[in-house]
Formats: sequence, C-alpha cells, structure tokens
Amino acid sequence: MCIAIPMKVIAIDGKYAVCEYEGIRKLARIDFLSEVKVGEYVIIHTGFAIQKLDIEDALETIRIYKELTSGQTSEV
Amino acid sequence: MVEKVNLKDKILISYGTGGKYTQEFINNYVLKHFKSKILSELLDSAVLNFEMDSKIAFTTDSYTVSPIFFPGGDIGKLSICGTINDLLCVGAIPKYISVSLIIEEGLEFEVIDKILSSIEEVANEENVEIVTGDTKVVEKGSCDKVFITTAGIGVVNKNICLHYNRISPGDVVIISGNIAEHGLAVLLSRGGFGFDCKIQSDCSSLKPMLEQLFNKEISSHIKFMRDPTRGGISAVLNEVVHKRKDVSIEIEEELVPLSGSVKNLCELLSFDPLNIANEGKVVIIVDKNFAEETVKVLRQHPLGKNARIIGEVTTENKGRVILKTTYGTKRIVDMPIAEELPRIC
Amino acid sequence: MLYDIIQSFRDTNIVKKELEVITYVAKDIKRDVFIMEVCGTHTMQISKFGLRKLLPKNIKLISGPGCPVCVTPIEYVDKAIYIVRNYNVILATFGDLFRVPGSESSLEKEKSDGKDVRIVYSPEEIIALSKESQDKDIVFLSIGFETTMPGIAAVAKEIKDNGINNVYFLLGNKFFLPALEVLILHSRSYILSNINTTSSIDGFILPGHLSSIIGEKSYLWISKKYNLPGVITGFEPLDILRGIRMILEMIIVNKPEIKNEYTRVVTYEGNIDAKKFILEVFTFKSSKWRGIGVVPDSGVEFKEGYKQYDAEVKFDIPKINNISEFTGCRCNDVLIGKITPFECALFATVCTPENPKGACMVSQEGACAAYYKYERDDV
Repeated sequence: MCIAIPMKVIAIDGKYAVCEYEGIRKLARIDFLSEVKVGEYVIIHTGFAIQKLDIEDALETIRIYKELTSGQTSEV
Repeated sequence: MVEKVNLKDKILISYGTGGKYTQEFINNYVLKHFKSKILSELLDSAVLNFEMDSKIAFTTDSYTVSPIFFPGGDIGKLSICGTINDLLCVGAIPKYISVSLIIEEGLEFEVIDKILSSIEEVANEENVEIVTGDTKVVEKGSCDKVFITTAGIGVVNKNICLHYNRISPGDVVIISGNIAEHGLAVLLSRGGFGFDCKIQSDCSSLKPMLEQLFNKEISSHIKFMRDPTRGGISAVLNEVVHKRKDVSIEIEEELVPLSGSVKNLCELLSFDPLNIANEGKVVIIVDKNFAEETVKVLRQHPLGKNARIIGEVTTENKGRVILKTTYGTKRIVDMPIAEELPRIC
Repeated sequence: MLYDIIQSFRDTNIVKKELEVITYVAKDIKRDVFIMEVCGTHTMQISKFGLRKLLPKNIKLISGPGCPVCVTPIEYVDKAIYIVRNYNVILATFGDLFRVPGSESSLEKEKSDGKDVRIVYSPEEIIALSKESQDKDIVFLSIGFETTMPGIAAVAKEIKDNGINNVYFLLGNKFFLPALEVLILHSRSYILSNINTTSSIDGFILPGHLSSIIGEKSYLWISKKYNLPGVITGFEPLDILRGIRMILEMIIVNKPEIKNEYTRVVTYEGNIDAKKFILEVFTFKSSKWRGIGVVPDSGVEFKEGYKQYDAEVKFDIPKINNISEFTGCRCNDVLIGKITPFECALFATVCTPENPKGACMVSQEGACAAYYKYERDDV
C-alpha cells in the first residue's frame, strides 16, 4: 500500500533532514516530525519523514527472539 | 580554407556534410585516436583478412545512454566494451570494430574528443582495431548529445561451441561477479530520485578474463554465455528457458553476488537487482563437472574475483526461472516487463 | 545498526522460531482461518519471501484492496491523458501510474507521442519543476492513501504560501478506512445470503505505514462493531508472521481486538501533525474505487482557499462516463477475498501485467499482479 524506508537522521536544516542508510544519503522533509533530532531514526515515504522509528523498541523485540533461539543465530 | 578547430569550439552541422569540414574532423579527430592502417585508407569499406577455415562472429549495437558520462565510464567506453563482450559471448575473439557517430550540433569538440579517447584506450588495451566508421551531425534536439552505433567482427575459438541446444539438466549457472552496478550508476548520475550513493558502473571489456577461460581445455564444456545487460540476469535466464522450454533454471537468492551498496539502494527503491543492467559481467552455463574449475579460472582475473555458482539447470518447473529464497521457499523470477521505476506502493 | 536490525527481522532461525509457534497455535484451531492482508506492500512481501508456503495449511492469506493505483478508476487516467493532450502542460506522476492503461492510452504512450510526462519520487519535486518551467502549467497526478496525503498537503500549502501559480493537482487520493468497512459489509452480506463463498474474513493484517499516520485508535471500530481481530503489522518477514500469530491467538480465545505488532513505528494516536496537514488542505467526498464501487467519504477535494489548484477546476475536462469493468473480470470478488486470483478465468490468460484487464493486475502490488509475478504456478 505504501512503501516507506527507514533511515537515520544525520543533520537537520529547517524543514529538511539529511538521512542516511549504509552510506546512502537522501534529503527528506520533516514537516510533520518537527521535534525529530539528529541521531534518531525515521521512516520516509515519498521524500517525507512520516514517523520516527523507535530503535530501542526494535532492539527489544530482537532481544526476545535471540533468547528464544539462543545459540542458533549470529550476533547483531 | 577551413580553420583548424579548437577543442572549445562546438560541432556545427557543416561537420557532417561531407565537405572540407568533415575532412578536417576525420583527419584531426578520428584518425588521431584510431591509428589503423585499414582505417587510414579511408575507403568506402574496410577490407579485412581472415584465416579462411575459421568461423566469423558478427554483431551490431547502438548506444544512446544518458548521461553520456557516468561513474565508471562513458558512452565511448560502453560502446566498445559492449561490442567486444557481445562477440566474446559467442566464443569469438574480437578483431575489428566499426564506429558510427551521430552528433547533436552544438556539442563541444572537447566532449567528442574525450569519447574518442575512451574508445581508443579500450581498443588499444584489448587489441581490437577500429577499421571503419561514419559521422553525421544532426540538428539540435534530434538526438541527445551523441549516439554511437558499432559493429564488430571476431574469430570464433575452435574449441568452443555455444548454443542453447547444448544446455542439459544438471548444468550449472555461473555469474562472473557482483550484479546491477551499471544500471544503478546511470540512474544515480541522472539524479537518482534524490538518493546519493557511490556506485560505479561495471562497464568493462570481458576479454582478458574470458580469453584465459577460452585458452583452457574446460572451455569446450561451456554450453552457453551471455552478458546480462538490459533486463539483467532475469532477462538472460528467461531467454534461455523460452528457447528451451524443456528445462528450468533454479537460482539461489543467497548465492547471487551483489555489493552492499547495490543491495541497500535496491532495497530503498524497491528494485529487484536481478532485473538491473550490467556492462561487465557474463552468465555462463557449464557442465557441472567443470563448474568449480570455471569459477576458479574466472577468479584469477580481477574482473571475476566475485564469480560464483548461482544455480543449476533442472526440469522441475519447465520453462520457468525459479528463485530459492533464504527460507527455502521458491518463487518465479519473471522476464522484466520494462525498466524499474520508483514507486509509492 | 539499522542494517543489523533489519537483518534480524529476516533471520532464518528467528523466522523459523516464529513459524513453530504459529504451527503450534494453528493446530488448536480446527478449521480454515482466512486472514486478509489489506495492504499491497504486505502482499508483495509475502509473495517475494515465499511466506505463504511456510504457513500451516489451514491458515489462508487473502489479499485486500490496499493499493492506491489498483483502486484508481480508469476514468482518472483518461482525465490525465485528456489534459496532457489538450493543454500545454507538464504531467508529473509517481512511477506507479506511468504504465497503467486508461481506456485507450497510457501515460507511457503519451510520452512517446511527445507529451511532457515526468516521473517523480516525491511530490516536492513539482515545486522545482514549476520554477524551471514558468511558461508551462504543471499538473500533478495526486494519488495515494493517508500515508501519501500529508506530503501532498504540505506541498500544496507551500505552493499557496509562495504564490506559485502554475501548479495544479488532479485529485485521486483516497481515505482507506471507509473502503475497508464497505469490504467487511460485502463479505458479511455474502455470508448472510448464503452465497457459496470460499472464505469469510477472520481477521486483518493492518497496514503498518498507513497506521503510522492514522494511529492504532483509528481501527478500534473493527473489533467493536464487527467482532473481528486486527493487527497493525510491519513489513519484514518476522513482522508479518508475528502479525499472523497475534491474530490466531485472539481467534483462539475469541477476544477480537486491535493490536499493534509494529510498535517501533506506530503509536496509538498516529502522527497528529501529519493529520493536521491533511485536514488543513483536504476535505472528504464520495469516491469511486475500482473493483469496489462508490464509497462515501473516501475521496478528497480541496478546502476553500485551495480550490484554485484543482486541475478539474482549471482545465475544461469533458465529463467522462463511468467505464465498466472488462467482462469476466472478478476483481471485486478477489478484493473481498471471495476468490483467489487463480479462480478468475481471466487470470494469466487474457489478464496479465503487460495487458491488465482488472484493478488487481494493474500495479505490481495488486493481488493478481503479485500472484502472477511470483506464484503463478505452484513452484
């Protein structure tokens, strides 16, 4: 329905944020995430950051699964 | 008297009219770069010598890439490498190439000079001779800067017999290196939809790598080769199963070599790297008993350092190319319909 | 770090672990369960990763109407083509619409005819276009659900604030939830009238990115009013499997609720600022969905103050009559999960991605297109 991509905010200038993912950069608009800070992660759709990505939440999910599968997966 | 042109000057319609301007262009530009005895005769056709008992391979191609300069190459290098690779993929060693230029009026001589230099450089390195050609200048807007049409002639190696008909179940599919670099490099140099990433085109002549392979005894066990240009690996493999509806090809997702940047950019743009153009890779189908050794020979050359076996010819889903996912499930790899476009959904 | 996280959400061992749990839970439900992934991006991911085949046999995934291109009526494409043929404009479109056939042409064909059609990744690009091409009007083909609308609204606002006067929007945006409710009602009416259906929907995989804007609370009516469970779900294989497992668990205890699997992105309220942008620029109107029909309050029009940017106000477009669907097309049945694409006689015979006859084959994300591309025979 809607493709959106996760990237990290590495610089902010007004309505724009420079975002990065594994060496790939993209300028995104942050009109609806005015409180976003450098170092935080966002989800981008059609060039607009539409929501923050809570990295702690993601890590917690993974941690639970790592425990369940302990010894079977490689380290993150 | 036609004045000697300056590199900063622009190409005028007059340079394509066959008169003194054209002579000036040929003498000062074309012949400067292409030092061929045959070409310097400036006859209506190049007259070539061949050993009579050899098979001759003959190919033609046109190049319209935009932009004409991109990371890793330009339209000149692309045109010569592309022609060389097409000849190699039928087992031929390239010998003679023709180059025709269609130039948009107003293009700087400097640009044409750079492109001719790129052609010269590859031709010298790969020991092929530019023996004939043509130049036309068209009105502004009639073409995009410059289009190049080439034809190439090569002598087929006697050891090698490449044909769809030789493919049989059990044969192994090899790719000579990381895929999808050319297509993405060109896309990025067109603006890349705002994505900024360092990806170089893989544009290169496969001759030094494939020559090593052709000189080995194993080359007689190679059944089929093709360079996966437009449409990528998907197109090449689908062409095989369209010609040979009695077999299928199964590749493994995890085995397909691609660089981190290519993988990630494809992910961000939702592109399938299998569908994206390469300009310095070859897909090889070979008897399974000689597959490992083929990979070993390819890897001896820097162009083939990431060569890998990516799959095999089977009969399980005749007429289809199948991809085995990381989870062991299978899905179809279709012939790409058209160029990949960025999507919102 | 982001890369490692994404890889973990695809990790074979982790995915297998979640599958074990699903298989265990599914055994307790001694019947077929039909779960609809309403979002086309989920459909594509399920096909691409081959997840359907990993699930227990009694868990059936059906693909819903969540692709804004698929549900855009043919008349919309025809209007865009009329404008580019009759006015000296630049037509700016998302790549998705570029090859979609109208009743007699497509944007791709118009471009080859010399019309100025540009593909944009972001609606923001039309502002730069308007400055580069001051002598031409720019018409933006504005499609997309609530996820895409805030960006378009922000661009419209910027155009107004900066007094740009050569940009127009052909509005085809849709609000998704009203259509979801119509779908539930259709599905119910089939059951009530005892029509022989292969399925009735048991629960929904809800769209993660749309939800990042509208928030978890927008779905509560699904469980309250219709007693159906739904899980807002992310797009990695582990996310999708977790979503399925959470639905199954609710079915077992018979406690339908709306839950959120994609907590790393989706909040209860959604993105309040983004919603403000939508409501500042757009208001609701009824809208035709290809394959579903007219759905009240599911379309958009500009609010006062923005109407001058409406392409249908600016350009004189003749009324285009409703174009009926291709005879034999069963997209409406596919979209409510009544049949799978394979059960439609047109599928992969006369209806293919190169020559789509119905909504679900039009865009890569459509249910039929995804089945065709990756799963058209049992491999």
